[in-house]
Amino acid sequence: MKRKSLLLVIALLATSGANAGVVDDLLRQYQAQASQPFDAERAKALWTAKHRDPETGKDISCSTCHTADLRKAGEHNTTGKPIEPMAPSINPQRLTDAAKIEKWFKRNCKGTFNRECTPQEKGDFLTYFRNQ
Amino acid sequence: MSKHIIPITLFAMAVAGQAYADKDEYRESHGASMPVKNELYQKECGDCHIAYPAELLPARSWEHLMNKLDKHFGENAELSEDNRQALSRYLTENAGDRSRGSPGKLLKSLDRSQTPERITELPYFKKEHREIPARFYEQNPKMKSLSNCEVCHTRAAQGSFAEGEINIPGIGRWED
Ligand code: HEC
Ligand code: HEC
Ligand code: HEC
Repeated sequence: MKRKSLLLVIALLATSGANAGVVDDLLRQYQAQASQPFDAERAKALWTAKHRDPETGKDISCSTCHTADLRKAGEHNTTGKPIEPMAPSINPQRLTDAAKIEKWFKRNCKGTFNRECTPQEKGDFLTYFRNQ
Repeated sequence: MSKHIIPITLFAMAVAGQAYADKDEYRESHGASMPVKNELYQKECGDCHIAYPAELLPARSWEHLMNKLDKHFGENAELSEDNRQALSRYLTENAGDRSRGSPGKLLKSLDRSQTPERITELPYFKKEHREIPARFYEQNPKMKSLSNCEVCHTRAAQGSFAEGEINIPGIGRWED
């Protein structure tokens, strides 16, 4: 365990500064497929917009699990497992792995909106998160 | 069971005390400890709930779960095909009916013809937990359901379910 955390520290030191790169790279890819500049305000509204889950009949939004305040810790709606804050300023592990970001956009957009998010929406979200 | 709780608790605490000195021996001697050592598994299956130890289900259950991750208890838990195959292999190889030295009692009295989707459905699980009144967890906002093992088993994320480590929120240590 100790060895693991040491490795983690080394890995973090080695990649710090590269984190911005992960988000910048994704934003560039999304922008190439989006028609408008990214807008954090639009993402903020989408973050709390409620959708009816056809299976459970309950309303769900991104903020159901992550809370409306990105600087606060959330909780998985069915299992109760805590979810660390989304704001990179509070939680430096956030948005450091492009594959993880893409995996969760895919799962959570399908789970919340019943469809995948568009590059425009994903770019809006990342712009919103990184400013927090 | 309950009249043995205190001696068992004391025993578990004594064993847990030695654990640091003699971790492997502790794990081997105690059927309730199933540390999850696979990092990919922790990473891919440990975000929405703890990475449940492979020993807790038979291989056929893991196969079944891993073949329909896009419909996973009302959630989408899809993985890349590479990771899905790697983890299917890991889970079936370490499943309760396959792995060497695993606590076979967990799958005791499970009908061979059944493929449970949940640990919480296993006859053994139900038996171990039947003394806990549902009101302890159904009304507890932190708990939602018994699937959230780590709420009571304070070291569940490390794969340990020893009785001395149980602490039910709002109720306290489990000593009867
Ligand atoms: C059912 C609960 C739930 C809902 C609803 C949900 N998420 Fe998540 N989200 C999670 C969990 C669990 C994780 C993974 C654990 C973690 O990273 O803390 C996660 C992780 C993420 C990540 C990865 C962040 C990183 O550090 O890489 C992103 C991005 C994300 N969610 C976006 C969204 C968006 C956008 C929505 C709404 C469309 C949403 N989530 C709705 C549970 C949820
Ligand atoms: C997107 C979130 C999410 C991810 C990722 C996820 N699960 Fe689950 N899992 C759930 C939910 C929700 C439940 C139902 C919990 C409940 O009923 O309280 C569940 C339940 C389970 C159960 C049954 C628990 C019980 O009640 O006995 C098993 C076993 C399980 N998951 C295995 C896995 C495996 C293996 C993976 C990785 C391939 C995985 N899960 C990834 C959300 C997830
Ligand atoms: C509401 C609290 C609670 C939750 C949630 C819970 N347990 Fe338990 N568990 C207990 C208690 C209390 C006992 C001891 C029962 C007894 O012996 O009287 C126990 C006993 C056990 C035992 C037997 C331990 C031994 O020494 O033989 C195992 C294994 C176990 N639980 C696994 C799990 C798993 C896996 C989960 C999640 C899928 C889980 N438990 C969820 C409270 C809980």
